[in-house]
Amino acid sequence: MSDMSQNASNLREGMMASMSKQQIGRVLAKQGILIAFAVFMIAFAIASPKFLSVDNVFSVVRSSAIIGVMALGVTFVVISGNLDLSVGSMMSFSTIVVLDLHDKLGPALAIPAMFAMTLCLGAFIGFLVGYLRLNSLIVTLGMLSAIHGLTLTYSGGQNMDIADKEGTWFSVFGQGTALGIPVPILIFLILAALLGMVLAKTPFGRKVYAVGGNGTAATFSGIPRARTVFYCYLISATCVATAGLIQASRSLGSQNTVGQGLELEVLAAVILGGASLLGGSGTVFKTVIGVLILGFIQNGLLLMGLQFYVQFVVTWIIIILAVWLDIAAKRGKLWSPIA
Amino acid sequence: MTDVKPVLRLEDIVKTFPGVRALDGVSFSVLPGEVHALMGENGAGKSTLMKVLGGIYQPDGGAIFMGDQQVVMAGPLEAKAKGVMFIHQELSLAAELSVAENIYLGELPRKSFGRVDWAKLTEQTDAILKKLNVSFDAKTRVGDLSIANQQMVEIARALTVDAKAVIFDEPTASLTDAEKVVLFDVIADLKRDGVGIIYISHRMEEIFKITDRISVLRDGQYQGTVNTADSTEESITQMMIGRKLDLSRNASHHELGDVALEVRGLSCGKLYQDVNFEVRRGEVVGFYGLVGAGRTEIAETLFGLREPSEGQILLDGQEVRIHSPADAISRGISLVPEDRKGQGLVLGMNCRDNMTLPQVDDLKAGPFVAEGAEVAIFDQYRDRLDIRTPGWRAQAGNLSGGNQQKIVIGKWLSMHPNLLIVDEPTRGIDVGSKSEIHKLLRELAAQGYAVMVISSEMPEVLHVSDRIIAMYSGRVMRTFNSEEVTEDSLIKAISGLSDDKAA
Ligand SMILES: Nc1ncnc2c1ncn2[C@@H]1O[C@H](COP(=O)(O)OP(=O)(O)OP(=O)(O)O)[C@@H](O)[C@H]1O
Ligand SMILES: [Mg+2]
Repeated sequence: MSDMSQNASNLREGMMASMSKQQIGRVLAKQGILIAFAVFMIAFAIASPKFLSVDNVFSVVRSSAIIGVMALGVTFVVISGNLDLSVGSMMSFSTIVVLDLHDKLGPALAIPAMFAMTLCLGAFIGFLVGYLRLNSLIVTLGMLSAIHGLTLTYSGGQNMDIADKEGTWFSVFGQGTALGIPVPILIFLILAALLGMVLAKTPFGRKVYAVGGNGTAATFSGIPRARTVFYCYLISATCVATAGLIQASRSLGSQNTVGQGLELEVLAAVILGGASLLGGSGTVFKTVIGVLILGFIQNGLLLMGLQFYVQFVVTWIIIILAVWLDIAAKRGKLWSPIA
Repeated sequence: MTDVKPVLRLEDIVKTFPGVRALDGVSFSVLPGEVHALMGENGAGKSTLMKVLGGIYQPDGGAIFMGDQQVVMAGPLEAKAKGVMFIHQELSLAAELSVAENIYLGELPRKSFGRVDWAKLTEQTDAILKKLNVSFDAKTRVGDLSIANQQMVEIARALTVDAKAVIFDEPTASLTDAEKVVLFDVIADLKRDGVGIIYISHRMEEIFKITDRISVLRDGQYQGTVNTADSTEESITQMMIGRKLDLSRNASHHELGDVALEVRGLSCGKLYQDVNFEVRRGEVVGFYGLVGAGRTEIAETLFGLREPSEGQILLDGQEVRIHSPADAISRGISLVPEDRKGQGLVLGMNCRDNMTLPQVDDLKAGPFVAEGAEVAIFDQYRDRLDIRTPGWRAQAGNLSGGNQQKIVIGKWLSMHPNLLIVDEPTRGIDVGSKSEIHKLLRELAAQGYAVMVISSEMPEVLHVSDRIIAMYSGRVMRTFNSEEVTEDSLIKAISGLSDDKAA
C-alpha cells in the first residue's frame, strides 16, 4: 500500500502544477453569470447616466425585494428537483389575508395568523409532492389557480384596504428605513444570508442537494426524501408570506391579483442564477445575483424609454440566453450533439 | 503478425481534464482479427482513451490513424460511420424505449413519409438478439431489464454495423458466467471477420482466455505492449502497478463472536422464499448465485428498502422491524449497493460530500456541518482505499468507474457498521485494489464486524468467505463451509441442480 499511496501523492502534486491555467478557464465558465451581469451594468451605465445613481440602485433593489424573497424559497424547491409555480398566487393570498386581519385582529396578531395560513398551503403542497410523490409541476400549477380561487372566496372578490392608513405601524415593513436602508432591502438581505447559510452549511442543506441530485442514492444513504422535499415547500411558503407582508405593508391596500405572474419572474431569477431545473445545483448567492440581474435589466429598459410590457418579451429572451450560455459553458461549445 | 497493417493506430494521444493529465502520450495499434487487451489500474486512463477513439472526447494532442489515413473523430456518429463501435463501461441506454429502438437509435428503418418501419425493426433486432442467445425480445422496455441484460443490449448495438474495430469497456463487469460465454462467442465471430477488438477488463482469467496482445497504461502513460502468450498474471500486474501483488488469502482464523444477524423464514413475495441464515461477528458470509437469485432483494430487505411478507429478522438476538434505510443505519447496518451510479452516488456532488452523506446529521459543529471532520474522514478513506482523485472537491461523476466504487465503499466503511453488506463490491475494480478490498473485508471480520458479501464472481466468493450460501431462484440451496466447498458443487447448487438441501 505504501508505494501505492506514494504514487497517488505524486499524481496529486503533478495535478497541482498543471492547474493554474485551466483553473482560470474553469472560473470563467463557473462565474459566467457574474461576468454577464458586469457587462450588462457597464453597458446600461454608459447608455444612461442615471442608471447607477444611488437613488436608482436603491429603487431597483427595493422593487426586486419581493421577487427576491420569493426566489430564495424557490431556490430550495428547485435544488430539491421540483418546481413551485404557485408562489405568485400564494403571495396574493398572503397579502389579502394580512390586510383583512389587520383591521380585525390588529397587526400584531394578523401577521402570525397570515404566516400560519400560508404555511398550511405550503405544507399541503409539500405533502402532495414530498410524501405522495405527485409531479410538482402539476401540483403547483393546480395550486396556482386553486389558491387564486381561495383568495377570491376569502375577499368576496373585493379589493382589500386598511381603514386607518396613517395610524398603523404596519407600514414599516414596506416603507420604513433602518440604518438608512429601506426595510424591504434589509429583510431580503438578512433572509438571503440566513437561508444561504442553511443551504450551504447545514446538514439539511446537504440533504436538499442530495435529494435533488439523485433521489435514489439519497434514499440509499438514509436520507428522508419525502421530509426533505416537504421542508423545502415550507421554506418556500415562509418566503412567500414574507413577500406578502412586504407587499401589503408597502401599499396598505391590494387587489386580489397582486402576485399574478410573479411565479415566472421568480423562476426566471432562480434559473438566471444558474440553478438547474433538473435539481441538485444552484446556490442562494447565485439566486440573489439572478434577482439583481433581472431587476436591473428591467429597470434599464425602462430608463431607455421602452414600454414596460416590452419587458415581458425581453425577460424571456434573457432567460433563454442565460440558460443556453450556461449549458454552453459547461460543455465548452455553443452547440454539441452530446451533452 | 508484423506485416499485417493495423486497422487502428494511435499516436501520442494527450488528454487533460481540469487537474488531471488523464492521457500522457499514449501510442498503440490494433491489428485486424486481434483481440487487444487494454489494462491498467482504476483511473489509469483506459476509458478516456477509448472515448477519444469513439469521438466522445477530443484529444489535446496526437493523432488517430485508420489504415494509412489520419482521421478525426468529431463525434460518436462519425466514429460509427468510420466503423469504430463502442460498448460503454457505464450503460447509456434510454430506459423508456424498447430494446429495438435503443439498438437502432438514430437510424430506425423508415417507410414512406418518414414513418418507422416497426415490422422491419423488430425483425432485424430479433435476428441479432438470437445470435446473442438472450431471454428478452425486441419489444421489451429497456428499463425492465436487469443490468446484465442491458449490457447485452449495448453489445447488440455494436453488431448492427460492419465494424472495423469494436471497443469493449468492461463488458463483463455485470454479466453472469453463461452470458460471458455468449459474449466470448460473439467476440470470436468478430475476430474471424477480421475486426480489430479492444478489450478492457480487470479480470485476468478473461484476459488470458481471449486476448492476443496486452497494452498497459499507468497514470495515463503507456507502459508497453506484450503478447498474451508470453506473459503471466504477475508480469502484467507488475506492469500495471509497478510492484508485485500479494494474492494469498488472509487465512487468519480468529474466534467467531456472537450471532449478529439471524434471519428466520424470511420471504418477500415472489422475490425470495423461506430464507434462513445467520451471520456471526467475525465472519464473512458469501452469497453466490445467478443474477435474479434474490440476493440483492434480501440485502434490500435488511436495509429497510423492502417489507418482508413473512419471517423474522433478529439483530443481536432481538427481533427487529426495519422500516427505512435510516432505521437500518441507526441499527448499525451498512449496504454498499449494486448500482453505484444509480444508488450509490450523487454524481453531481463532490467526493467528500458523497462519502459523508449518511452521517451528515452526526458531523455537526453547532448547527453547521463540520467540514473539517468531513475532510478528515475523506482523507482517511482516500488513503486506506487508495482512491485516485484530484481532491475532495472533484465531482464524483468525473472519477473513473473504479474510483467511484471506492468512494461508495469508503462511504459505508466510515459508518463503522455492526453488519456490513456489500453487493458486488469489486465490480470494475482493478486487481491491486481488489485484493486490497478483499483483505479489508477479511480484516474487518477479524475486528469483529459481521460481513455479508454478495457476488457473482466465484473466485471472489471463494476467496473472502468463511461460509458460502448458494441461492437459486429465491431459495437458499445449500450452505458451504470454506473448507468443504468446491467449484463444481457451487455451480450445481446455484443452477438448482443440487437436491441435497442442507441449510
Ligand atoms: N470528464 C472528466 N472530467 C474530469 N476528470 C475526468 C473526466 N473523465 C475522466 N477523468 C479523470 O481521468 C482519469 C482517467 O479516468 P478513466 O475513466 O479513463 O480511467 P479508467 O482507466 O477507465 O479507470 P477504471 O478502471 O476505474 O474504469 C481519472 O483520474 C479521472 O478522474
Ligand atoms: Mg473505465
